[in-house]
Amino acid sequence: MRITMAHGGGGQETRELVTDLFQRRLNNEFLARMEDAAVLPRPEHPIAMSTDTFVVTPPEFPGGDIGKLAVCGTVNDLWMSGARPLYLAAGFVLQTGLESSLLERVVDSMAEAARAAGVNIVAGDTKVVENMGDDPAGLFINTAGIGCRCWEITPGAVNARAGDAVVLSGPLGNHQAAVLSRRLGLVNAITSDCADLGPPAEALLSGGVRLRALRDVTRGGLATVLNEIAVAAGLRIEAEEKEIPVDGEVEKFCGLLGLDPLYMANEGKFVCVVAAADTEKTLALLRAFPLGARAARVGWVQAPPAADADLPGAEPPVILRTALGGRRILDALYGEGLPRIC
Amino acid sequence: MPEPGVLEALRGYGGPELRFMEVCGTHTAAIFRHGIRSMISPSLRLVSGPGCPVCVTPAAYIDRAVELALEPGVTLATFGDMMKVPGSRVSLDEAKGEGARVMLMYAPGEALAQARAHPERQYVVAAVGFETTAPVYALALEQIRREGLRNVRLLTALRRVIPVLRYVCDTDSGIHGFLAPGHVSTVIGADAFRPLARRYGRPFVVAGFGGEDILRALYALLRLARSGRADVLNAYPAAVRREGNPAALGCVEKYFTAGAAEWRGMGEIPNSGYYLREEYREYDAGSRASGAGASPEPGGEPAGCKCGEVILGRITPPECPLFRGACTPLRARGPCMVSAEGTCGIWYRYAPRRAAAGGGAG
Repeated sequence: MRITMAHGGGGQETRELVTDLFQRRLNNEFLARMEDAAVLPRPEHPIAMSTDTFVVTPPEFPGGDIGKLAVCGTVNDLWMSGARPLYLAAGFVLQTGLESSLLERVVDSMAEAARAAGVNIVAGDTKVVENMGDDPAGLFINTAGIGCRCWEITPGAVNARAGDAVVLSGPLGNHQAAVLSRRLGLVNAITSDCADLGPPAEALLSGGVRLRALRDVTRGGLATVLNEIAVAAGLRIEAEEKEIPVDGEVEKFCGLLGLDPLYMANEGKFVCVVAAADTEKTLALLRAFPLGARAARVGWVQAPPAADADLPGAEPPVILRTALGGRRILDALYGEGLPRIC
Repeated sequence: MPEPGVLEALRGYGGPELRFMEVCGTHTAAIFRHGIRSMISPSLRLVSGPGCPVCVTPAAYIDRAVELALEPGVTLATFGDMMKVPGSRVSLDEAKGEGARVMLMYAPGEALAQARAHPERQYVVAAVGFETTAPVYALALEQIRREGLRNVRLLTALRRVIPVLRYVCDTDSGIHGFLAPGHVSTVIGADAFRPLARRYGRPFVVAGFGGEDILRALYALLRLARSGRADVLNAYPAAVRREGNPAALGCVEKYFTAGAAEWRGMGEIPNSGYYLREEYREYDAGSRASGAGASPEPGGEPAGCKCGEVILGRITPPECPLFRGACTPLRARGPCMVSAEGTCGIWYRYAPRRAAAGGGAG
C-alpha cells in the first residue's frame, strides 16, 4: 500500500492509519486515551523541554533510520541539559506515494528506541503532502520531548572555567559518512552512530564528577560545538588533533570526498567539559559503555581569547594544535560541508 | 613527521622573501588545515593559484546553466560548490527560488540514474573541473552513448592547468616556484611541467596532500629555488607517474578537444579549455558559447571583486576590500569565497580575523 492524500484527510483512511499503524506500535496508557492532548502526571522536579525535526534522506541507512533518529535526537537533547527524558510527542509529514511498509519499519524502530530509552510517545499527528519532486517519496518527523531535571547539576556552556578538560565520548563522523555513503551508493562498513546517550550521560550526572557542560555533537560537528561552548563561556578552547578519535574507514571516506571529520554530523556523540582533576574519572565512567569505549580528552579550556604569537592578529575562540605540530584557528562550520569537485 | 632537517630548514629560513604558489585549491586547504603557515619562516610566502575550478568559472557559464535550469522539462545536475556562484543576474541557488530545477550530485552517475528513471525530462550535467575531473565526464559520456540515453547533455567548463600556468608566468606575478597539483598530475604526469620550468626558469614540485607531503615538497622547492635550479621534481611518486595516466588521457582525447576558454577575472586564455569534439556536439548544451568569447557584460562581475587578482596570486584575500565585509561564505560576492576550495573561503575559515595583509599570516 502507498500513502495517498486521503491518509491525511481526517476521514476513514486517516483513522485506520492512526489506529492500525501508529497506535498499535507506539501504544501506552497515555496515548491509548486518544484525546486531543495527553494529560500527564506532574513530575517532582523542574521540567526540561526540547524539540527537533528530522528530514534525513535516505530514511533508512546503515546503523539506523529516521525513526530511531527522531527518538534519540530529542532524548539526547534532554539528557544534555541534565534532564531524564519522560515523554515524547511525534508529528509526521508523509509524502504521497510513500510505501506503507517503510513507514511501518520506521514506526517499529521508533517504538523500540522509545522503549529502550524509557520514554513514552504520548501524542502524535500525521499530515500528508504531495510529492512534487524527482526523488522517491519521503517522510519527515518532528519530535518534542519533556524530561525532568532530577540532578543537582545544571550543565551549561557558561559554567566552563579556565583549566577545565574537554572530553569527547567517541570517534567522529560516522553518521554523516554512513548516510552519505548510502546516498552515493558506496559500499563500505561504515554505520551511523545513532544512539541514545542516556546511559553514559546518566553515569556522568550521578558519578560525582564536576560536570560543567554537556553538548551532543550533531550538525556542524565538533568544531562548531567547541566554538559554541567557548563563545558562551567567554573563554578559549585549545584542541589537540591527534587526540581526536576517528575510525580508519571514516577517515578514508573523508579523504576521498574532501570532508573534514571535525565538521561532520554525529548522532551518538557528546562533548563534556569537566574539572581537570576529574578527567580520569570521567574517562573511566564513559569507557564503561560501548559507545564511550574510545572516549578521550581532546582539549582544554583556557583563559579568554587573547592575541596569539603563532596567529598574529587573531583572538579566535578555538585553536587546534594539528597532528603535524602546527596551530590554526578551528572555526565553526559555515554553509554546508560539501565534497570537493577536483 | 618529515625527515630530520626539513622542518628546521623551513622554519629557520632567513634569506630574501620567496613566493611559492600552490596551484591547487586542495593544497591551499591542506596548508591551512595542518597549520603549515605557523610552522615555516615568514619569509616563505605561500600564494594560492588558479586551481579551484569553481572560482575560475565565468559568470557567463552560470548564466547559461541558470537559463537551462529554468527551461520547462529540464533539470540541471551540479556539484554543490556551484550552487552559490554568482552569475551576472542570479546564482543557481537563487534561480531555484524562481522555479529552476537543480539537482545536487556527488557524481555524474546520479544524474544518469535520474535520466534513466525519467525519460520524459531532459538532464544537463554541469561538467566543471580540471584534468582530474575531465575523465569522469568522458566516462559518463561513454556510458550515455552505450545506453543510448537521449535525455542527457553536458554543459562543460573544463579547464587545463598548463595553459593557465603559462599565463601566470607570462604576467610575472613574482612567483619563485610552484607546488604543482597532485591530483591533476596523476592524469597529465609530472613531465607536463617540464616545458614551463625550462621556459620560465622556475622549479615545480609535484606534491601530495598530507601535511608531511606538503612540508617535504616545500623543502624541495626551497632547495631548488635557492640553488636556482628550474627542475621538475615528483614528490608524490605513490600516485603520480612521469607520463601520467595514458588511459585517462586517451578517454579525454576521445571526447574533448582543447580550445580558448574564459577564466573569471583573467579573461580568455588560448587552449585552456576542453570542449566536446564536433562529432559529439549533440551531447553539448551550449558550452562553447558560454566558455569563450562571452566576456560578461559590464556589471557581470560584482563591483570591487578582486577574485582575478587573488587567483593570480597578486593579492591575498584580506587585501580585497570586500573580504569579510561585503563578501562572506554565507553571502559571497566573488567565486573565490563560494567554494570549499576557493582561496577566500579558505582564508575566511582558517586565517586570523585581523591579520596583517600578506601571505605570512595564518
